Amino acid sequence: MQPLTVLEALGCALPAANVDTDQLIPARFMKEPRSVGYGQFLLYDVRHNEQGTPDPEFILHRPGADDAEVLVSRRNFGAGSSREAAVYALVDYGFRCVIAPSFGDIFASNAVNNGLLPAVVEEDDAERLLAALGDHPANIQVDLVEQRIRVAEVDVQFTVSSVWRTKLLNGWDDIDMTRQHAETIACFADDYARKFSWAAPQPPETNIISKG
Amino acid sequence: MSTPTTLFDKVWRAHEIHRSESGQSLLWIDRHFVHEGSFHAFNKLGERQLPVARPDLTFGIADHYVPTLSRDLESVADPKVRSMIEQLSDNTQRHGVTLFGLDDPRQGIVHVMGPEQGLTQPGLVMVCGDSHTATHGAFGSIAFGIGASEVAHVLATQTLWQTKPKVMRITVEGKLAPGTTAKDIALTWIARLGADGARGYAIEYAGEAIRSLSMEARLTLCNLSIEGGGRCGMIAPDQTTLDYLRDKPWSPKGEAFEQACAYWSTLHSDPEARFDLEVTLHADEIAPTVTWGVSPEEALPIDQAVPEPEQISDPAKARQARESLAYMGLTAGQKLTDIVIDRVFIGSCTNARIEDLRAAASVLAGHKSRVPGMVSPGSTLVKIQAEAEGLDRIFIEAGLEWRHSGCSMCVGMNGDLVASGERCASTTNRNFKGRQGPGARTHLMSPAMVAAAAIRGQLTDIRTLSSQADTTGAH
Repeated sequence: MQPLTVLEALGCALPAANVDTDQLIPARFMKEPRSVGYGQFLLYDVRHNEQGTPDPEFILHRPGADDAEVLVSRRNFGAGSSREAAVYALVDYGFRCVIAPSFGDIFASNAVNNGLLPAVVEEDDAERLLAALGDHPANIQVDLVEQRIRVAEVDVQFTVSSVWRTKLLNGWDDIDMTRQHAETIACFADDYARKFSWAAPQPPETNIISKG
Repeated sequence: MSTPTTLFDKVWRAHEIHRSESGQSLLWIDRHFVHEGSFHAFNKLGERQLPVARPDLTFGIADHYVPTLSRDLESVADPKVRSMIEQLSDNTQRHGVTLFGLDDPRQGIVHVMGPEQGLTQPGLVMVCGDSHTATHGAFGSIAFGIGASEVAHVLATQTLWQTKPKVMRITVEGKLAPGTTAKDIALTWIARLGADGARGYAIEYAGEAIRSLSMEARLTLCNLSIEGGGRCGMIAPDQTTLDYLRDKPWSPKGEAFEQACAYWSTLHSDPEARFDLEVTLHADEIAPTVTWGVSPEEALPIDQAVPEPEQISDPAKARQARESLAYMGLTAGQKLTDIVIDRVFIGSCTNARIEDLRAAASVLAGHKSRVPGMVSPGSTLVKIQAEAEGLDRIFIEAGLEWRHSGCSMCVGMNGDLVASGERCASTTNRNFKGRQGPGARTHLMSPAMVAAAAIRGQLTDIRTLSSQADTTGAH
């Protein structure tokens, strides 16, 4: 994954609370292979009418939005379904950071696993950033080293767990990290199987009906 | 004497393989469920040419995309939907993973099938690429939803890195009144604390009202933990839990079951255990509840009226209420029981277990539904049981469709959709914009309340209908 340190980019304001993952990517698009690019599905039903015509007033249809890398929103962003496709939609669109007063837990983990920074700000600061960005993409700086966000005169602090910060700064991948612990895991698994022998699945005596 | 410990901490500690300097724990995973949507994770594994580390602890379930009109894969008109089901079969077969596939008589929604098969047990750590995995915590396991990258990680290593959440206890004292169910407990606490009220917390549910819930009702309550932002929801195992597990197909057998019971009986929060947050509700405060907006926090007792944004002093909340009312096509101050519906849906991992179908059927018996609707049992075994009890006849005679089991109209991935602008009274878990289809309007409520709404064609207080038998979900 590409490390993330300081972003100097265009930011978009999405002034809504509870932007859940069903809105971020409607379920009907999730059977597509990732190779088609999930950016086209981002917030699809929010930014198109029922005939599929884009709403020209929507922030992502404003000039410059295609190049935006930062999204600012309100509380409980990414709540709901664990679909990582919501993160793919944001990342494939070009976003590298979402700023909000709170995030759905699973969404935030998924984001970090895809190099997308979920930056948590105070509710008042989110409102100041939304106001400073206005209804057009505007310049924003996100500094993961200093944990600060700047838009024009507005300069606010954000929080992110230190584990996630380290992962994002270095572009680390969990599977590689974990496989370094292979021996510890194997020892644990042996001990665990002895101590909690009943915890291993006990297949029923009748034949397993698996059509594979 | 050891430090008093919470249920959550006991289970967490038994699974902690390693703790990093930064404080993250590497956890052992006892059960991993994969479904059609897990294809991204299998593809990641393929890119790295890694095997599934523990196929014996991994189980495949076809639920999200399965057709509910027939069990015939060839009947699926959309080739992309068909391909989702086929990819799961291919991936599980390639990696030697047991599959509960489309035509398996044990097929069902993962969060119904797992408990029903006895794969869900106390003291385990269980994960699935689905946010409603919290359901399984009803047995006293730590169970939570994960994303595709984490699914790939579990497939490759049978472990997961997690930061230990804080622990909160929601205590519900007293006895639930007739007509009030686990669904109402959930919607009540979520409305009170907010859809992110439990964010960052594992939840333990406790108290007299919880203890008297059946396993099915406990599953409903834990299922909805995520709708309040909780990492997981748990209930300490007790006699109800052990009785449920004793004869399940995948439960430990004989001596092993007795050993397991001895351990499971230690899985409760010690009397002096400290919680990071304590929330107490009294059962008297909980009434049959419905959602009126587009987040599960926008829920109210059925005898109330939808909010008037002008009366809300907090401008952010007023704005949210205004937007929700606009999407839902409701008038400020409108009585909930005046809301006319277009359709009903009884199904989903939240409320499609046998007790849920019994509760709905006992209300519907001898009545016609004024609106069209669909009943999709939570599993194929639930369907067979319901048919043995004649519940299917009640639904069909009321004018509802009796379907096969799957996620169906809760999420619409298989094409079971609510049309744009239509209003659906639903036993599901999310009233998000477009959840049941683009432009669809969802009101969440208990199965008996959906049945009552079907009879009157509008949202209805179950307590005002004469037939109230067996609708509490308590035993």
